[in-house]
Amino acid sequence: MTTPLLSVRDLRVGFVTEGGRVQAVDGVSFDVAAGEVVAIVGESGSGKSVTAQTVIGLTRSPNARIEGSVRLRGSELLDAGEDELQAVRGEQIAMVFQNPMTSFNPVYRVGDQIVEGIRAHRPQVGKAEARERAAELLDSVGIPDAVRRIDDYPHEFSGGMRQRAMIAMALALDPDVLIADEPTTALDVTVQAQILALLRRLNRERGLATILITHDLGVVAEVADRVLVMYAGRLVEQGTLDEIFYDPQHPYTWGLLGSLTRLDRERPERLPQIGGAPPSLLDLPRGCPFRPRCPHEFGQCRELPELEARLPEAQGHRDRCWLTPEQKRERRQVAGEIGLEAPSK
Amino acid sequence: MTADGTISRAGVDISAHRQGVLLEVKNLVKHFPVRRGLLIGREVDRVRAVDGVSFTVSRGETLGLVGESGSGKSTLCRAVLQLIEPGSGSVRFEGREIAGLSRRRMRPLRREMQMIFQDPDASLNPRKRVGQIVGYPLELQGVARGTELRRRVQELLDRVGLSPEHYDRFPHEFSGGQQQRIGIARALALRPKLIVADEPVSALDVSIRAQIVNLLADLQEELGLTYLFVAHDIGVVRHVSDRIAVMHEGKIVEEGSADRVCEQPRDPYTKALLAAVPVPDPRQARARREAAAAS
Repeated sequence: MTTPLLSVRDLRVGFVTEGGRVQAVDGVSFDVAAGEVVAIVGESGSGKSVTAQTVIGLTRSPNARIEGSVRLRGSELLDAGEDELQAVRGEQIAMVFQNPMTSFNPVYRVGDQIVEGIRAHRPQVGKAEARERAAELLDSVGIPDAVRRIDDYPHEFSGGMRQRAMIAMALALDPDVLIADEPTTALDVTVQAQILALLRRLNRERGLATILITHDLGVVAEVADRVLVMYAGRLVEQGTLDEIFYDPQHPYTWGLLGSLTRLDRERPERLPQIGGAPPSLLDLPRGCPFRPRCPHEFGQCRELPELEARLPEAQGHRDRCWLTPEQKRERRQVAGEIGLEAPSK
Repeated sequence: MTADGTISRAGVDISAHRQGVLLEVKNLVKHFPVRRGLLIGREVDRVRAVDGVSFTVSRGETLGLVGESGSGKSTLCRAVLQLIEPGSGSVRFEGREIAGLSRRRMRPLRREMQMIFQDPDASLNPRKRVGQIVGYPLELQGVARGTELRRRVQELLDRVGLSPEHYDRFPHEFSGGQQQRIGIARALALRPKLIVADEPVSALDVSIRAQIVNLLADLQEELGLTYLFVAHDIGVVRHVSDRIAVMHEGKIVEEGSADRVCEQPRDPYTKALLAAVPVPDPRQARARREAAAAS
């Protein structure tokens, strides 16, 4: 294991809202090493995006209370000043968002926006040189005829091209960490496959540490090395890609895996479903937040289990569920596949 | 059973297909002109959104229509329901030609065909209470009023898995999945025969998607509904459909039983589409990547 580039420890992010205080992220810890893709999986409200945004200081506000530690090569980012953060963003940590249309300014040429980004951080770089660099970047992310397309406006690019350009812009200053927040959710599947291949290639070639935020386990299986599963602001399970897919320990993970419509299997008569809905952060149940939706719930679940290794053979594989490993391996089998037992109606 | 051994989810034997056709679309065309010039726009080009599409949907059956953005699938839905005027071609509902019918003559037929939309939040009026939203079609068509209306709406809410007490609440008080249930209750209010569902689950969270897919299947079985299910996600489409039609650049490039299209695709576009779907299985994903790298 290489030393982590980015290290997040006991991160807590709370917001004051009209309805009261919500703990959007509650005690999240993880590391990302160079050349590694860590996927954070969760639904809306799970805290996955807030976690990622907090890493580069995008959630700072008078209404937010941020605690814990985020270290990049050992230096703390959470108490860094705005100027210091500005230098980190782009140079060391870059972010790619879901919607590439709203991430570009529609009235400036794509190339000019990349040039501006480079020169804002490196004033010593001349315009011509920055422009050359922009063309190289666009070419490296697979934009054909990049030297000519550099003068196009964002609307002249297709959705997939825009996302490629967005990635090119993120790479402009040669960052060490790339955070991609649902980078392919707005794209067609054929385009998604190309963007995922691109992310994988960049990750390997440049040794980028990548945090991939997604709700799509198919995307995770294609690119991730390790997986963090979030639910209601907490990590409920974490492990290597294979551990999460082939030996999942938390019932929520079983439910997610079981409810997928898979083209590689016979279709079931009924799609296995997770009952109910994620809890409101304003009114979390006591103990395990998944308890109200869990068919395997029992008395002990009123106490929140720690995120810890529960399998002697896999110390990196951690989860928050009181069931014993034997019970888990037995109970997650539903009709021969991993899944969550149907809720009693 | 048909030749490829399919029985519809509602238990309807598809070989009875011919007698049981509910919707028949023939050579449907919808082009949008691209105009240039001030004041009097000169037509310089056409977008062939729907370009000669034909298909049939039998009673109790689900036809899945799959395609990527820009394939014309949403325009096709709207043209079938006469929400936009089709350019040319024929749309027969229960044998009756409805393409080009006036709004007035179309109105009684609207009861028979309803739509479920992608974004439940945007398709529910935020100022109306749930009861008013679901009851509006009944009121509009003069089907029920007063206490009878309330009773029928509460029955509908119950049927889609909401509680009758939700009657007086506003849409924003509900989660995305519950909002989609409200949209489904509204679509069911007039006891339609055909439901056109345009991406009904793609805006929902993964753990909620399966609930809505199963609800639609239950309703089909209970009420004998016929679905035209439109989505970009071929995995979901395969799960719900008896037959699948694949749309690309305004045309249907392939059609067949759901399993046949997914397991033995014939058209190159269908093959490309299936190959691009990420497999939620790391070993398979690795094998596929290695095979692609070797070739």
